[in-house]
Amino acid sequence: MKFDRWGNDLYTGARSYGIVRNRRRWYVLTGVLVALAVAALLLRGLNLGIDFTGGSEFRVSAVPGEVSTLAAEDAVTGVVGDTQVQTTIIDGDNVRVRTGELSTADTEAVAEALAETYGVETSAVTSQFVGASWGEQISVRALQGLLVFLALVAVVISLYFRTWKMAVAALAALVLDMVFTVGIFAATGLEVTPSTVIGFLTVLAYSLYDTVVVFDKVRENTREALEGDTQTFAEGANLAVNQTLVRSINTSVVAILPVLAVLVIGVALLGASTLLDLALVLAIGTAVGTFSSIFVATPLLVQLREREEGIVAHDTAVLRRREGRTPVAAPAGPSVDVAEHDWSGPRSAVLAQSRQQGQRQQPRRLPRDKRG
Amino acid sequence: MTTTTRRSRPRRALVLLAVIVALVFGTVTGGYFLDDARWSPSLALDLEGGTQVVLTPVAEEGAEIPSESIDQAVEIIRQRVNGTGVTEAEVVRQGSSNIVVSIPGQADEETLDLVRASAQLEFRPVLLAGTGVDPSLFEPSVAPSGDPSAPVGEATAPAAEESAVPSAGPADATAEPSVAPSAQGRAVPRGDVADALAAAPTGEPTGAPTAEPVEPVAEPTAEPVAEPAVEPTDASDPAYLTPEVLAEFEQLSCLDPETGAVTRVSESQDDEPLVVCSQDGFEKYVLGPVEVEGENVADAGWGFGTGQTGLSTGQIVVDLQFDGTGTDQFADVSRRLFDLTGDRNRFGIVLDGVVISAPTMNGIIPNGQAQISGNFTQETAEVLANQLRYGALPLSFTVESTESISATLGDEQLRLGVLAGLIGLGLVVVYMLVQYRALGLVTIASLAIAGLLAYGLLLLFSWRQGYRLSLPGVVGLIVAIGITADSFIIFFERIRDEIRDGRSVAVAIERGWERSLRTILISDTVSLLAAVVLYTVSVGGVRGFAFTLGLTTVIDLIVVVLFTKPVVTLLSRTRFFGEGHTLSGFDAEHLGSVVARNAIRSGTRGVPTGTTVAERKRAAAAANEGAVL
Repeated sequence: MKFDRWGNDLYTGARSYGIVRNRRRWYVLTGVLVALAVAALLLRGLNLGIDFTGGSEFRVSAVPGEVSTLAAEDAVTGVVGDTQVQTTIIDGDNVRVRTGELSTADTEAVAEALAETYGVETSAVTSQFVGASWGEQISVRALQGLLVFLALVAVVISLYFRTWKMAVAALAALVLDMVFTVGIFAATGLEVTPSTVIGFLTVLAYSLYDTVVVFDKVRENTREALEGDTQTFAEGANLAVNQTLVRSINTSVVAILPVLAVLVIGVALLGASTLLDLALVLAIGTAVGTFSSIFVATPLLVQLREREEGIVAHDTAVLRRREGRTPVAAPAGPSVDVAEHDWSGPRSAVLAQSRQQGQRQQPRRLPRDKRG
Repeated sequence: MTTTTRRSRPRRALVLLAVIVALVFGTVTGGYFLDDARWSPSLALDLEGGTQVVLTPVAEEGAEIPSESIDQAVEIIRQRVNGTGVTEAEVVRQGSSNIVVSIPGQADEETLDLVRASAQLEFRPVLLAGTGVDPSLFEPSVAPSGDPSAPVGEATAPAAEESAVPSAGPADATAEPSVAPSAQGRAVPRGDVADALAAAPTGEPTGAPTAEPVEPVAEPTAEPVAEPAVEPTDASDPAYLTPEVLAEFEQLSCLDPETGAVTRVSESQDDEPLVVCSQDGFEKYVLGPVEVEGENVADAGWGFGTGQTGLSTGQIVVDLQFDGTGTDQFADVSRRLFDLTGDRNRFGIVLDGVVISAPTMNGIIPNGQAQISGNFTQETAEVLANQLRYGALPLSFTVESTESISATLGDEQLRLGVLAGLIGLGLVVVYMLVQYRALGLVTIASLAIAGLLAYGLLLLFSWRQGYRLSLPGVVGLIVAIGITADSFIIFFERIRDEIRDGRSVAVAIERGWERSLRTILISDTVSLLAAVVLYTVSVGGVRGFAFTLGLTTVIDLIVVVLFTKPVVTLLSRTRFFGEGHTLSGFDAEHLGSVVARNAIRSGTRGVPTGTTVAERKRAAAAANEGAVL
């Protein structure tokens, strides 16, 4: 019930978060996060998986008893002599062994040696060999896909919303998602695999989907705002974000729940795998995508459009109209702290008026102690 | 604001959906009885276990690789892999130039070699031949019990199939251009030798005809030893038999005593002599440099040989047709070899590092039409013909990646993937029930329909298109649960917004639908766009993921239009939903409908009222205080 109430208040504008109004704050926050992401990428780089670096990899699953990494190294060097071996134990009973590129015969021999060492069937040893140029090919493909996707999406959004500015704002949010996600992978040292790349591209699609839904409402509300004379463009847009907040939260939660299930199952029972790689990047990306749709895309759109002649004229008219009214009652408590000019003015009058129409602006903020 | 409502026909939509579901499953059922459709989707290698090899052609100096060459290469590799008897191996072209070979189960090394081998079919003259089996394998102390006329140590290769039966048309340079087998004809049928060999490692001495371990190379080496300094004048020149080459020849053992695998030569130089085994491992050779390349074979086939009179001899032969270049080259070779004697009269056909055939040159063949005769069965002739026809790949390839996944791991991943999917589904259902109360039940039903449709379509694609469900595909399905539920949320939220604006449930549903359909359409378009782009440009596992994602996006649209919306419309006609029962998800009061708010204001609902806007606002704020965090 409480969530409904909250949703109602967001819809009517009885409760409203100054998402557009506080855009400077989001820009700064975004800027800091981007800086961190870039710094992480430059300082730590990405932990590229074998598919990008080339080499041979073996996985022994469900090793009975004590697992020793030394045993794996002995098994490998016993076959191919002195070579660099990197052994990782995953989940206590899975062993991952990485070596340089091995020949087919050596691969087979190493797999057998590992099976013997760990006392499992040869069939329980998974081997993988990847040529160095493969990674390059995957990366180039992924990049191509990305560019084609972005271009197509820009066209579709521009056509649908009939303004390129929405496409620009949506794509900007998308680029941020990319930077954040990559930054998180760099900072945490999580391995980048082809599965991660798949997940990454999916995240972009999801983020865009989310932005499109918000923008759809923004378009509707700003049109109403521009047709009427009670709301500035920014106010209309802000109301839209608030009105879709419940939906944003619900869709994000619903999108992330199955992914979390995969993640938890993956971590608990499987160890590193395609399943886990995908789930991880999806979980990170969904969260990031929701953030960018709400806090970056819409404020940016307002920023881009606010200077348009028609909108400036409309906003001035709305504000002038408000100036002409005398306040019915003083705004309550600490809820008024307005920085930007288009938010100044006696707003309870507007509130009173719009309330009767079932449409409200966002005059009220939570008391400070209730804000996040 | 208008409240016009289009007349919706929920029942018609539901019937249409039922027809679609029935069509999908009806087709699969039909396929099940009439064809080989199954009730579970085929699994990709990462779930089933198996080996996957990705090959990429090597372009020569930035040259564009013609698409047809790649298609041809795919066909050749498919022939090769299927020739080994591997069932259900899959060779597909992926992206612009990659070839992905998927072999289910544990692939044996030989098959993988066949796939990986850059496959140069070559014709080289024989310089020296000997038995490929190390005589010491056959405990020499035991008396031979087999056919005494089958000396394995005999340098004239009894095991080579084409040397078993004398040529029907004996050497005649002008008559039928045939490459007939050597006329020694003292060989045992292949089967006997094979049996002998099979028995040998286990200690059964049946097939050991050599009483003493004669060094098989002893005889031929006597003649052609040449000074290494002498420059060979032609490809058959014994000058190629340098001491190093001979030493290599001597040491070469063609059969692994433990596994019985035939030794394959992994690398060869066109202009160098080659020390190599026959494909059954019974014979080994030193061959001269390459004289005709496999790509100069225009065609090959098998049939029944004809004698000089033109009558069928009833003998199965393999025909070989060279192209222009090959014809000239082969004419030269045949002219030279025909004059030579002993093993140097033979030429070796090398494929994938083994000699697949080493027939004797029984005539000069000027027209590029050669015929190999021998004791072929229909099967062996077909194999050889295919090897000749498809042996040479039009391109050389590099192995980009090889991945072998143990069946246990695949099983585990599938099991956990399905488990994760079910848990995810459960969580979504619970969340939807909490958020939307009874409406959540509609979500569950919609997801169930979507799942049913998805399963049916996967079966259909498995059957008709050879689709295989991969792990990324499973993840795509799981992710789709969330995306599918998203459209319900968009729809339901819109209905609620309409109710908040004071509309009745029935009107709110229609208006909410009109507005949300637009949003659902555009957002699904974006999803579909992503899936299509991913599918088109991607390689490897990405495709499986893109496929299920795209498929479920389409299913989402179908379900939301033909099921969710009609069901919600029908439900709105019930008292429970239509009048907005507290648990229905359409409760006007809880949704803060304008009507409800007005009621609150006028005090009819017993909620604190204020006389001024500010008072009411404060009251409302007070009521909300606890509600937010």
